[in-house]
Amino acid sequence: MDLFTKITELKANNDYEGLIDLVPYAKTIGVETSLVGDNIVSTLPYIDSNIGNYAIPALHGGAVAGFMENAALFHLMWTANLKKMPKVIDFSIDYLRSGLASTSYSQCDIIRLGRRVALCNIKVWQHDIDKPFALARAHFLLSSNEPLQKK
Amino acid sequence: MNDNHKPVNPLLCKVNQTPHANVLKLELVDAEHNKVTLKLPFSEKIIGDPFKRIIHGGAITTLMDTVCGAAVFQAQGNFQSMATLDLRVDHMQAATSGADVYATAECYRLTNTVAFIRGVAYTDNIDDPIATAVATFMRSNIEFPVR
Repeated sequence: MDLFTKITELKANNDYEGLIDLVPYAKTIGVETSLVGDNIVSTLPYIDSNIGNYAIPALHGGAVAGFMENAALFHLMWTANLKKMPKVIDFSIDYLRSGLASTSYSQCDIIRLGRRVALCNIKVWQHDIDKPFALARAHFLLSSNEPLQKK
Repeated sequence: MNDNHKPVNPLLCKVNQTPHANVLKLELVDAEHNKVTLKLPFSEKIIGDPFKRIIHGGAITTLMDTVCGAAVFQAQGNFQSMATLDLRVDHMQAATSGADVYATAECYRLTNTVAFIRGVAYTDNIDDPIATAVATFMRSNIEFPVR
């Protein structure tokens, strides 16, 4: 089964949680999804295994980054009618403060959706949407990585 | 291996005491001077592309963040903790499905407040990278907790 068929099937059943079963890493870090309008919104409930520094305790920066990248991935998978999985080209994250032992929320904006590449901005916060604890941007390759044809 | 006669920071042997590093089963492979190499073993639970069974970019980012932090510990030679300010990962190619991923990071500059690190991830040849990273960390005088 290809991605398009799978997502069409999930949408027909309104099964937005089916995305999590599709991506094992999302399950590993404990991602949860919900449908807001036509968009997938990801949240990350607190779990001990996402801790990077237990003195604070603070979430591992890598888990936060993985959550953000995955939020963009799910958003693209759900909305962009893709035939195959988006492939991350680059991912850049700025940490503003520590992610604490509490639920994290994400918001993903697709800045540009081209035929070959998508650019996403992702923001995560815990208690106050106006106080994000990290911001990230990522490019995803949407087309296949075949040699370019001469025009 | 420890070419530069700088002892391996003992904290690095405890990389798995960090709960999230333990989830990914990160392992210390090598540490010398200002450089550290960690291994991310392939496992089902870090797959991001279920069709091609390729490791999720988030797991690669976690490997990069951890190895960059480890390089700072190694360069500092103490247990003073640090916080990632920014991290950028460029993905050159997907890791072969089923292959373990290694990452080597070098802390090439330490100022009193900031550490600068670059890293590279690969499966069997560091000259054929699957990803590269650059990171800056804010240094602190708080000791990293060791159990």
